[in-house]
Amino acid sequence: MSFLLLFVIVPLLTVIAILFSKDIKQTRWIAAIGMSVQLLLSAALILMYLKIRAAGITDDFVMVKNLVWFPSLNFNLTLGVDGISVSLIALTSIVIFAGVFASWQMENLHREFFISLIVLATGVFGFFITIDLFAMFVFYELAVIPMYLLIGIWGTGPKEYSAMKLTLMLMAGSALIIVGLLGIYFHSAPDGGLLTMNLLEISRHKIPENVQNFLFPFLFVGFGILGALFPLHTWSPDGHASAPTAVSMLHAGVLMKLGSYGVFRIALFLLPEAAHNQGSLFLILATIGIVYGALGAIMQKDLKYINAYSSVSHCALILFGLLMFNRSAMDGAILQMISHGIMTALFFALIGMIYGRTHTRMINEMGGLLKVMPLLGAAYIIGGLASLGLPGFSGFVAEMMVFFGAFTHADTFHRVVTVLAASSIVITAVYILRVVGVFLMGPIKDEHHLHLTDASWWEKLSVGTLLLFITLIGVFPHFVTETLIGNSLAPALERLMSNF
Amino acid sequence: MTYSIISIMRQELGLVVIALLVLFFDLVVNEKNKQKVFLIALALFGLHTLAGFFPFEGGNLFGGMYSTQPVHILMKNVLNIGVFLVLLMSASWLKTPQIANKSNEFLMILLTTLSGMYFMISAGDFLMFYIGLEIASIPMAILAAYEKFKSRSEEAGIKFLLNSALSTGFLLFGLSLFYAAAGSIYFDDLTRTLSQPSPLVALALTFLLSGLAFKLSLVPFHFWTADVYEGSPMVVTSYFSVISKGAVAFVLGILLFKVFPVFEGLWQNVIYTLAVATMFLGNLFAIRQKNIKRFLAFSSIAQAGFILLGLLHTDNLGIIVIIYFVLIYILSNLAAFGVAQAVYAASGKENIEDYNGFYKTNPRLALIMMLALFSLSGIPPVAGFFSKFFLFTAAAKAGYYWLVFIAVVNTTIALYYYLLVVKAMFINPNPEPLPTIRSDKYLRSALFITVIGIFLTGILSPVFEYIQAMVDKF
Repeated sequence: MSFLLLFVIVPLLTVIAILFSKDIKQTRWIAAIGMSVQLLLSAALILMYLKIRAAGITDDFVMVKNLVWFPSLNFNLTLGVDGISVSLIALTSIVIFAGVFASWQMENLHREFFISLIVLATGVFGFFITIDLFAMFVFYELAVIPMYLLIGIWGTGPKEYSAMKLTLMLMAGSALIIVGLLGIYFHSAPDGGLLTMNLLEISRHKIPENVQNFLFPFLFVGFGILGALFPLHTWSPDGHASAPTAVSMLHAGVLMKLGSYGVFRIALFLLPEAAHNQGSLFLILATIGIVYGALGAIMQKDLKYINAYSSVSHCALILFGLLMFNRSAMDGAILQMISHGIMTALFFALIGMIYGRTHTRMINEMGGLLKVMPLLGAAYIIGGLASLGLPGFSGFVAEMMVFFGAFTHADTFHRVVTVLAASSIVITAVYILRVVGVFLMGPIKDEHHLHLTDASWWEKLSVGTLLLFITLIGVFPHFVTETLIGNSLAPALERLMSNF
Repeated sequence: MTYSIISIMRQELGLVVIALLVLFFDLVVNEKNKQKVFLIALALFGLHTLAGFFPFEGGNLFGGMYSTQPVHILMKNVLNIGVFLVLLMSASWLKTPQIANKSNEFLMILLTTLSGMYFMISAGDFLMFYIGLEIASIPMAILAAYEKFKSRSEEAGIKFLLNSALSTGFLLFGLSLFYAAAGSIYFDDLTRTLSQPSPLVALALTFLLSGLAFKLSLVPFHFWTADVYEGSPMVVTSYFSVISKGAVAFVLGILLFKVFPVFEGLWQNVIYTLAVATMFLGNLFAIRQKNIKRFLAFSSIAQAGFILLGLLHTDNLGIIVIIYFVLIYILSNLAAFGVAQAVYAASGKENIEDYNGFYKTNPRLALIMMLALFSLSGIPPVAGFFSKFFLFTAAAKAGYYWLVFIAVVNTTIALYYYLLVVKAMFINPNPEPLPTIRSDKYLRSALFITVIGIFLTGILSPVFEYIQAMVDKF
């Protein structure tokens, strides 16, 4: 029994407990308790991880435990974490915790809703705690079923269309990933040993370069679809706009990071030579994604679409940072995963709460809401400032590090893409400030809005948690980049740099 | 000698005894107790299924005409599990007034076809193989036409019979060409004498493969499938789509891997092309279907295309994944058919749009249907994911990465239409959903078994490892 396994067991126990709940009160409390335990577990995990590192253990992955699954094929459930996965586990537990409170009043089929939501989270947790490609893929796919149902049943707007589009696009991504994984598996033992799906063991051998070149696009694009790689990001705006609040939070906040994590952990780490050969192509796509997403956000009038396009832009920045192959930019990319995860969850939570009151998400139908609901409004402004990269918030540090790292490449190509990508900071400022100006400031446009109430306690809890972490990371980015991630990037960097 | 015949052929003999006992009881019991024969048959067949799992050495009989090895027994066991479930699901249908007076013949015919499949699997020469095939397929036409008071059922029977005759003709022609090429019909002689691909062998193989492709309803030999499936009684449709398909897949695997491994270069391309055509056409046609039986028929055509992925390369892993895949396919497809059966028995409805709002009134059945469909499309944590993944592993092992890609793209297409049914049950509003259904205890226990199977055969590895161990003794 490994400590890491608790991250999957606790959600499953929560799901079983929800099956026996009688009404919505019990359901939501069970979910809240389960996810609070999960939050505490992540805190404990961080402490344990730091203790292990403090003891001077410098293994790539710690708390490694091999649970045999399919011995004849050597597919195992190998657990193990490094600083990056620890931070992403923490991110997941923060977002799902806030998500449960954001869906406090989900009356319609409440049991099914919370079960699907938590199963979704289980898939994410499972993905981050394993280092066996097969097990990772199982958990990755686990998120598909609940996703379709969550958007299709509890969504708004063209929900059936969005749900189907999202599910099928992500499944098409899986199609690519399967080919990539099997290709790696059958080249994991060039000296005739036992084939393996274990990340660590695969990384000890060099996969022939022509094989790498064949497999890399499959894995990069496959995970890239989930990480909003242009032009395969189109599921994201529709999906996020139609999904219920908590699902948008979890999806934009965590699941898209799962895509970037897959790109980093599998495509870049295991196929470094191919990453060098083909990196520029994907760098161009990432740059287009950054600018396109930001421009797309300017054009939108629906709050959720604005935020969804902004997520596309920010997630493309993660890929951009990862493709720079240096410490600073990759560190920044990982920090961006966490910072954007919390930030976008905050936005979606707030949008859901505002929509619950005004019944519209169109910014031109709202105005002066800051006066009516000062708390939610202020939180939105703080989130916005963090998003546009104001110093003192997490977004600033992450973007600075990415662009700083990008600028260390002296060639023209890198300079050009970096300048283009950096222009998104300005565009981001435009759409954030415009949104804040239009619907929070100014006169109240709709008289009905005068009687709206401000946040209730569960909403305060949900928003407060997210705000707390945004600020904490902004003030102590060092804790994430140095203490937590520290040398966890080193193995990947070493492989990426060795032939350069 | 006599003892060894009994011991080696115990599964076939056991099955024939059960079939004859059913016939015997049907003759001797009075009208009132006719229904009880079903219980006897069910109990005996259950015992027969369990008995198959006792470890047991194989052997050859009749100078190599018949041979059985652990792997053959395993294949028969997999079919037994499926037939047992089909029997459970048929209980309520057999009680309907128009069928009741001939319910016991139904059991007998069903078991007879199964014994034909046994002989086909255990065949050591083409004569035994052919006899087995005929025992299996001719009575199936009777099953298809069992609701003879319905014209569609009659039509299904005649269509099946004609198509089956045509395909058998092809197959027989192929077999005679093999005899011409090798001068023998024994598998051992064929593997020994035929070592060089020649035009004659290629022709023979083509006819043999087309004959089997008819039975497995691979594109372009699939035209009979949808009509026959739609017209036949629901129980028979489920039997066709899982048991007979599974048996033919096994036989195809045995023939290709054990008899014609030297001609791998010849049949690999054929299998490749058939797989791609079958997956695409099956899936694309399934999207358009409005009737749940036709829908499942086309989905099962596509599934047969997936099975071929395991047959591309002569390798134990291929046989392992095919058995594993068929087992899970049997469980998943029967779960889907079971729900369709419950709905049909209660309301007579079999269109997908009748399922709108199904979850509101029948949450359990809707969940089972959803699980079954997710298992068919291959999404974790249910078993279908694992069987598909291992199938892809087998294809990738032979180096067919693009085929794996095509197959997973097809999984995505399949997911689309499976989700349409899920959408109907869970999302589409319906002011008058189907009333709450209370099905009989046999159907419920069958569904229970399938659900347990769908959950556990994938996520827990012992089943897969057991199959692996059995095949390694091959």
